[in-house]
Amino acid sequence: MSVMTPYHSELRVRRDGFAQLLRSEWTKFRTVRGWLIGMAIAMLLIVGLGALTGANSECGIQLGPNSPRLACPAPPTGPGGEWVTDSFYFVRQPLAGNGSITVRVTSLTGLYSTSGGFASDQNPTAGMTPGVQPWSKAGIIVKASTRQGTAYAAMMVTGSHGVRMQWDFTHDVAGLTGKVSAASPRWLRLNRSGDTITGYDSADGAHWTRVGIATLAGLPTAAQAGLFAASPGYSVTSRSFGGSSSTGGPTLATAVFDQMGRQGTWPASRWTGEGIQGAFDKALPVSAQGFTQAAGRFTVSGSGDIAPATDNIDVIRHTLAGTFAGLIAVVVIGVMFVTAEYRRGMIRTTFTASPRRGRVLAAKAIVLAAVMFAAGLVAVAVTIPLGEHLLHESGNPIPPVTALTWLRVVAGTAGLLAVAAVLGLAVGTLLRRSAGAITAVIVGIVLPYLLAVTPGILPAGVEQWLVRVTPAAAFAVQQSIQHYPQVTQDYTPGNGYFPLAPWAGFAVLCAWAAVALVLALFLLRRRDA
Amino acid sequence: MTDVVHAEWTKLRTLPGTGWLLLAAAALTAAVSAIAANSVSCPAGGCQLDPAKVSLTGIYLGQAVVAIMAVTVISGEYSTGMIRLTLAATPGRWRVLAAKAAVVGAATLAAGAVAVLASVLAGGLLLARHGVTSAHGYQALSLGQGPVLRAAAGSVLYLALIALLSLGVAAAVRDSAVAIGVVLALLFLFPIVSSVITSPGWHRHLEQLSPMMAGLYIQATTNLRSLPLTPWQGLGVLAAWAAGAMLAGALVLRFRDA
Repeated sequence: MSVMTPYHSELRVRRDGFAQLLRSEWTKFRTVRGWLIGMAIAMLLIVGLGALTGANSECGIQLGPNSPRLACPAPPTGPGGEWVTDSFYFVRQPLAGNGSITVRVTSLTGLYSTSGGFASDQNPTAGMTPGVQPWSKAGIIVKASTRQGTAYAAMMVTGSHGVRMQWDFTHDVAGLTGKVSAASPRWLRLNRSGDTITGYDSADGAHWTRVGIATLAGLPTAAQAGLFAASPGYSVTSRSFGGSSSTGGPTLATAVFDQMGRQGTWPASRWTGEGIQGAFDKALPVSAQGFTQAAGRFTVSGSGDIAPATDNIDVIRHTLAGTFAGLIAVVVIGVMFVTAEYRRGMIRTTFTASPRRGRVLAAKAIVLAAVMFAAGLVAVAVTIPLGEHLLHESGNPIPPVTALTWLRVVAGTAGLLAVAAVLGLAVGTLLRRSAGAITAVIVGIVLPYLLAVTPGILPAGVEQWLVRVTPAAAFAVQQSIQHYPQVTQDYTPGNGYFPLAPWAGFAVLCAWAAVALVLALFLLRRRDA
Repeated sequence: MTDVVHAEWTKLRTLPGTGWLLLAAAALTAAVSAIAANSVSCPAGGCQLDPAKVSLTGIYLGQAVVAIMAVTVISGEYSTGMIRLTLAATPGRWRVLAAKAAVVGAATLAAGAVAVLASVLAGGLLLARHGVTSAHGYQALSLGQGPVLRAAAGSVLYLALIALLSLGVAAAVRDSAVAIGVVLALLFLFPIVSSVITSPGWHRHLEQLSPMMAGLYIQATTNLRSLPLTPWQGLGVLAAWAAGAMLAGALVLRFRDA
């Protein structure tokens, strides 16, 4: 008589810990060939579309019909490393060491062309209409040298933003409000002491208020100081359905100063007028600018702007067009990670092995997010340098970006892909149907973005609203440019300016994913598998 | 062939999802169109908007729902194994696909007609309230104008062509998740890439090739000269994409085991 030995599995008994659950989900993920192919395609598309846009976005200028095509020039770089606009009319003298300059401004007027552009190089202001721009500016300035982009601090009156103290391009502090006129003149004073420059303003020349203190690192002992005038290019973007069009051109500001007082050592005997301007600045020719001096009265006319550059500097986002292709792929995989289990009946095995369903969902979300984040990180970290290199080859200057911003864009884009995949997982768990879930997530993220950045489909207010509340807000994390209140610009999503701060936008997507996960968990526990 | 079409129609009609999806497509199209028309503000002589295009904005969303419906018509059969029964009953596989195309196309045309009619009616009323009136230099939106009629009828055709494109892709790749991913990528990637490419030639070519952007030229009633293609040529681009997808689907269906 034979003895039946009961079957014993050779596997050792182990705890059903969360680590085992993670491992089983990772095994499921890595053994489905289609998903690995999908991941590879996603990464290739991110890199490939970045390379495609980089290689096909030429920028060039031709000075004459037969001259060779040159790469677009890079704007000057400011003391903080950022690109700046630095063109104005400077009436200057050297200031040796510490000292101060005080002046009264009695008028600020301007000229601009309603038809855009300007008449001719011989007579640029012909046919222009009187009118001062909101950020036309004139006042006193202390600047390291006459080279574009060097450190400076200035007190100024502006067209419609009152008295301001500005320094080193990005700093802007408000002083007295109201427009300047002969009836209500403005006194301005700059006081230099070493590297520190203090700005004061006054309405009567007797009672002074401190506006701001600027520290200009490395200001040479012999700085240039004096009067200036500048007026930024005027531009009106009319946005309509079917596209947006801009008209505009350079403008001129003219200011009248008197009652100048100086302290300290001013070795030169007279004032020198000089147009600070690069070949490609949006300003009137230097011939239209200038100054006159008579009986202690100075009239200074200038064109251009002293401000951070905000035109066409959103280069990083352009190299990341492939994010959308990657997004579609990761959402498809994220949804299938759960709907495939329902379709094959695998979900019943999964829940038999691990009856606590919430832990299964958590394990799936963690594995998915980790894989997508890693893949996204690699793809984006390759794409940005490659795209920038190709853009540079096709003549585009590449704006400087801080390491922190670069890291934020790379990690944020990878995080965006990871969270989008988790959102797909949650919606897939909710709907159990792959087609519906994928469409809901992709359309929910991509369509609002597309409608917001394509000018002429929706009114501007709706565009802003779309990139605030929909998951498309997360693309703010790719923004590498800043909104400066002291620069007039078309701050729209289409130009790369998102209404939310980068991480705030990312948080909107996370909130959507969190809500979907909570709903998915609730239904996963209540419904039969 | 009538029997095959009849069989497909019975399958489509008796699935609970179909009706809801078609209803959702029509409702979402009309709702988004109405919201877009309601958000317009047009002072006298102010904006240069295209009233027909605004009142048909909802197509952007409606097309996605139509795509889900068309994809599941065939990928649903693969996931349940129904396709083997279908092909056993009708061994002529191209006829099966043709019949599916006929019923999906007809259902989409019907739902699309309702959606577009509702959108244009709502658009006419709402745009008039927001300044798109003859006093401001616009004609009131009405299907009596040739270009508006072309935009409206063309939008219905656009939805039907999107359905055929989705059906063809789904027949080729079989899995609903992958199929819908491919369809949405075809629709959305062209405009996104063309929006960041600054080289004018490439920008234009991508627009001309894009099934969504070129296809939606049919909605334009103003500024036609600025378009890279005429409205009907644009719709032709989408038709070519749909034909290509259907051909690919037919070949896969014919030569691969189900």
